[in-house]
Amino acid sequence: MRHRRLSGVIVLILVLASSLLSGCAREQDDGRTLTYWASNQGNSPQQDRRILNEEFEKFTARTGIEVNVEVIGWGDLLNKILGSAVSGVGPDVVNLGNTWAASLQATGAFVPFTEERMQRLGGRERFLETSMSSTGMSGRPPSSVPLYGLSYGVFYNKAMFREAGIEQPPENWSQFVDVARDLTRPNQDQWGMTLAGASYTENAHFAFMLGNQEGAQLFDSDGRATFASPQMASGVQRYVELMSEHEVVNPDDAEIGSATEAVGNFATGEAGMLVAQNSAIAAIRAAGMKDGEWGVFPLPTPDPLPEGGEAVRSHVAGTNIAVYRNSENKDAAIELVKFLTSAEEQSILNEKYGSLPVVSDAYDNPAFNTDALRTFSRILAESSKQVPMIPNENRFETTVGAAVRDLFARAGTNRSVRREDIADALNEAQQKMRSGGGSTR
Amino acid sequence: MTVTSTASTAPSSGAEPNGSRPRRPRISKRSVPYLLLAPALFFELLVHIVPMLGGLWMSFLRLNQFFLREWMSAPFTGLQNYRFALDFHGAAGVELFQSFAVTIAFAVITVGVSWVMGLAAALFLQRSFPGRTLLRGLFLVPYALPIYTSVMIWKFMLDRSDGMVNATLSDLGLGGERFWLLGNNAFLSLTVTAIWRLWPFAFLALMAGLQSIPTDIYDAAAVDGAGLWQQIRTITVPMLQPVSQVLILVLFLWTFNDFNVPYLLFDQAVPSSANLISIHIYQNSFLTWNFGLGSAMSTLLLLFLLVITAGYLMLTSRRSRNA
Repeated sequence: MRHRRLSGVIVLILVLASSLLSGCAREQDDGRTLTYWASNQGNSPQQDRRILNEEFEKFTARTGIEVNVEVIGWGDLLNKILGSAVSGVGPDVVNLGNTWAASLQATGAFVPFTEERMQRLGGRERFLETSMSSTGMSGRPPSSVPLYGLSYGVFYNKAMFREAGIEQPPENWSQFVDVARDLTRPNQDQWGMTLAGASYTENAHFAFMLGNQEGAQLFDSDGRATFASPQMASGVQRYVELMSEHEVVNPDDAEIGSATEAVGNFATGEAGMLVAQNSAIAAIRAAGMKDGEWGVFPLPTPDPLPEGGEAVRSHVAGTNIAVYRNSENKDAAIELVKFLTSAEEQSILNEKYGSLPVVSDAYDNPAFNTDALRTFSRILAESSKQVPMIPNENRFETTVGAAVRDLFARAGTNRSVRREDIADALNEAQQKMRSGGGSTR
Repeated sequence: MTVTSTASTAPSSGAEPNGSRPRRPRISKRSVPYLLLAPALFFELLVHIVPMLGGLWMSFLRLNQFFLREWMSAPFTGLQNYRFALDFHGAAGVELFQSFAVTIAFAVITVGVSWVMGLAAALFLQRSFPGRTLLRGLFLVPYALPIYTSVMIWKFMLDRSDGMVNATLSDLGLGGERFWLLGNNAFLSLTVTAIWRLWPFAFLALMAGLQSIPTDIYDAAAVDGAGLWQQIRTITVPMLQPVSQVLILVLFLWTFNDFNVPYLLFDQAVPSSANLISIHIYQNSFLTWNFGLGSAMSTLLLLFLLVITAGYLMLTSRRSRNA
């Protein structure tokens, strides 16, 4: 008797619990609805949703496949992708930052774009070669394909240049520093340039670009970190010195944690220059700066280039798109990728977002023929280099980015960063990266 | 109650040959508390214990980006994660140790200051005077505010260029050029923010404790010529001991585990002077995708807190038994 009552209670609890747990189960798939996690490309998630839903109406009309869009901020995207990779519950199609391509490829969460699948998208040759270089580890079929193209360039405030008597954009690094100095008037709270000193991703990108200009090798052929080199130190030194030595950057910038905030400083005229990706264009417009008020020139390099140095003016930046291995609608998912990478949609979406098409056949649109976008697309196609496509790339960004962030904190507080400090910081970062503590296969 | 009375009448009803009355099932007195606790126990297991055991298990695996998706088949590495986390010759071990030291200092200072402030405020508000209720309410505001809101307000105030802290300091001629969220000042900012958020709880608990001290003891002490300070030292603090014991333990566990305040205050750019252990673990698992190592560090943290809690409880209960 007692046992029966006891077992009754247990059964009741189990029933309750299972009904709770079933709440987590996946919704029934009808095979005609895709879930799409879109990255935040526009000014706001609302704007993104509006832009994408407009296009997906066409897609649904043509194919009968419905698309359920969720826009996810960049700060959460990687964690959400990781979470869904672990649980197996997630969207069918997802956007990702293209520098994560190899790291995420290592998780095996995405469907490889085999030759056959690439043919469905119109073939590998359609895509820009540089953008295609940032889609996964070399020698393997890409696990994602490019979607929106971005590159770094130097935005400058035309009125401030005129006022300071600067007629030509600087062509090399020392001219660049001179121009920044001419623009700097600390007593009027006007600075030569602005940067996001507390953002580890931005810092890592700059370390990559400037380090490559100095001839730094970030990794050896076995994928071991080798960035604690004099060349890398020179590159980082050039970046941090803008605040510590040349004093052309407001020390407050050491606290800026996102590129958006730096864009704000530029758009309000607190700084004459800003090194940013072309995605900043939308934000600059939103902050009230008109298109004729700013111009763009490529990031300068030292002249002459140091031995082994390359004229790298940007990393191959951008957003990729991938299909989940767990998707029950892989065929429809690939169809969606095909739609989004078609010449027509590439032209429409990239125009709206201020980004660059990643396929050559979409450049006919006159919207991409402005001075600024021509400069950015030339940089992307000709003088950008992909970040190392190795599984540990994410650790490079976190360790080196954090090291540079701490150097900026130093530069902001007591304004002296010696060469040894930089070498020490890089050494420590490299030690952390090498002793990954089981971060290898 | 009804259960036991049914049980006692059962034998007589059982004597009837065709008992029309259905027999009520018996539950012995001993099993009642367990049955009543069973649902709570079940959910405690489901929500706390099972994930904890999962974390413990993960700490023995090499769970990185290569094995995340097939995490059930991640290779077993024994104590390797622990060895790595505790290798004080390597960069990771040193960092863990630093983070641990920072956390201890942070927890001790935060709990100590919160307790003193809470006690002082509770004592001041013990006597009734006009506006007492208002002040009580006001003191509780920081605790009632959502944590996100209050920490964001502090973040804005501590901003170097247009924060209120620096503006006030420069108005007073005390500088005002300082970074509060970078370098070593970050520790001070973190501690002040945490104390501001936490001390109202100490105030609330101690105020409740004060109500249980009979006023005639104070009267008697006053007749014997004890001053205010002496009264606090010899009556108030000892009689608040049971409350303080629990309060300090709870505050310590909360601050030692604090993640929200540093995470919101510094975003992903946490300076090493404010790198609390929970932030450190987060960065070592989520930013580097090394969940095995993160789990090992979490387990070490759990063990440490268990030891501290057990030691503290043993010490304080023995002391109160001796008293």
